[in-house]
Amino acid sequence: MRLYVPILVLAVLAAGFAIFSVTFGALAGPKRWNKAKLESYECGIEPTPAPLGGGKVPIKYYLTAMLFIVFDIEIVFLYPWAVTFNKLGAFALVEMVAFVVAVLIAYAYVWRRGGLDWD
Amino acid sequence: MSLAAATIPAPSIEYSQLAPMLIVFGAAVVGVLVEAFAPRHLRRPAHLVLSLGGLATAFVLTCVIAGSASIFANGSPGHNAAMGAVAVDRPTLFIQGTILVLAFVSVLLIADSAQDVSPFAGQAAAAPGSPEEREGLLAGLVHTEIYPLTLFAVGGMLLFPASNDLLTMFVALEVLSLPLYLLCGLARRRRLLSHEAAVKYFLLGAFSSAFFLFGIAMLYGYSGSVSLAAIASTVSSNTGSTTLLFAGIALTGLGLLFKIGAVPFQSWKPDVYQGAPTPVTALMASCTVVSAFGALLRVFYVAFGNLTWDWRPAMWAVAILTMVIGAIIAITQTDVKRLLAYSSIAHAGFILTAVIAASAAGLSSSLFYLAAYGFTTVGAFAVITLVRDPGGEADHLSRWAGLGKRSPLVAGIFAFFLLAFAGIPLTSGFTGKFAVFQAAVAGGATPLVIVGVLASAIAAFFYVRVIVLMFFSDPVPDGPEVVVPSLFTGTAVGLGAVATLVLGIVPGPVLDLANHAATQLFVR
Repeated sequence: MRLYVPILVLAVLAAGFAIFSVTFGALAGPKRWNKAKLESYECGIEPTPAPLGGGKVPIKYYLTAMLFIVFDIEIVFLYPWAVTFNKLGAFALVEMVAFVVAVLIAYAYVWRRGGLDWD
Repeated sequence: MSLAAATIPAPSIEYSQLAPMLIVFGAAVVGVLVEAFAPRHLRRPAHLVLSLGGLATAFVLTCVIAGSASIFANGSPGHNAAMGAVAVDRPTLFIQGTILVLAFVSVLLIADSAQDVSPFAGQAAAAPGSPEEREGLLAGLVHTEIYPLTLFAVGGMLLFPASNDLLTMFVALEVLSLPLYLLCGLARRRRLLSHEAAVKYFLLGAFSSAFFLFGIAMLYGYSGSVSLAAIASTVSSNTGSTTLLFAGIALTGLGLLFKIGAVPFQSWKPDVYQGAPTPVTALMASCTVVSAFGALLRVFYVAFGNLTWDWRPAMWAVAILTMVIGAIIAITQTDVKRLLAYSSIAHAGFILTAVIAASAAGLSSSLFYLAAYGFTTVGAFAVITLVRDPGGEADHLSRWAGLGKRSPLVAGIFAFFLLAFAGIPLTSGFTGKFAVFQAAVAGGATPLVIVGVLASAIAAFFYVRVIVLMFFSDPVPDGPEVVVPSLFTGTAVGLGAVATLVLGIVPGPVLDLANHAATQLFVR
């Protein structure tokens, strides 16, 4: 059972933080009414009423979202590498540099081809 | 804490043994840099040098590795490079060499684009028929990304049959598939058909990848490892749940058979082959098939090699269905590319008869058949790019009527390719079919061979029908124009025709090479 104590503590802390922030925000924060604040959350479109025929949806952010995922995955690989860096030594450094360079090349392509321009 | 304290053996990678793949991937990455930084007019020449140079260098290195004494010292069947993830053995090197040569020829076809007849869309993102598309055409936009995409796909194809564990194989499958999905949608003419092909291929391909991955999970559950050799040893020691094992075989087999286009997983093939730009179809019909068969052979010979009695019945059914359905449905086709797609399905069935033999003879005859068939296919698709209407390629068979009277040479070469598909003596098709059927008979699959011969007879009917149509029908009024091939397409057609002829008349050297490659089967 003792194995699970840290997880339980973490769960209690997380729940406490969530309850605290929501309650404290509601009590202490200023209340300025804004239509957008009361709507359900959607990426870049108005959730209701549904536009006829699906309507037009701006998809500009999809490139940003894709880039975000690419770098997110890169970080996923960087963490375990950083933790064990001392043990893996030069080999891992070379491999990681090769990996990061490959990702950067893709990034350079997106940048040069205007993938980062919003308009 | 105990995890971090454990010592980690520093991994090692045999760069020299993986050099062919690294060079192809490296050329692709440099190709992306060319796209990013080179001025527009320099891009195509730079890509040509990179792609053709990269593929040629990789081929030379593959030959060097195949001749290396250290890897095959003391009768060793090969070496497991990159911590056992990638196998370097003779069958794999034969397959990789074949893929590299066929990819080289396909890149020649892809590169053949005098601006106005380029087979690729100028701006694939623009909706067909939209003002943006017209603007793009007027501005003379071209997609030179085709070259790096092709190289990435070819790199994946090289890794796919070499993967010695299922996860590497899955990654290779995705690396080869994703660029192909894109390339399928880039046709300049008949854009909607091309888009349809890309979407169908993507959805069905993603679906089959999911099955493959699920199969990997089952096999991992069965043996506790994704390595093919570990799965094989769990099978020999007969531990673990057979339910997981058989579910795993079925699901991974499904994923591999999908890429080959075996019935009942063939439905994507005609649509995709028809809709994709013809040079991309040539790449898929030759290189992808070779690569997928390589992977199928490795998985079923290495991991499930001791289970032949269990998977054979299912493979028998698949092979029979593939041969018969491919041959019969091809009869009703009226489009050249769809016809060749169904013919490719039937040929996949013929090769499966040799795969089922599960012997060195089965492996060597499959290797030879793949090489022979690949060259004929690339040549045939190269000819198709030459027969053109004002709106693009004249794919409909009725337009090919009387072609032999108007341009006997092109029609003659195409007829030669069709005879090779049909397996007429003095062509590589005959040698290949003879070899696979011989291996199948030796492996005890005589009924399968009888079905195969009958299916070949049906297939011969529709090949000969096209020849009759070209030479004995009256030409259609204002029929398609046969363009004079450029150097690139001419080379592709020539190489295809020469290989088909040479492998038919003096198959000895290549047969010996395939036999030599297959004697020790795959490295474990």
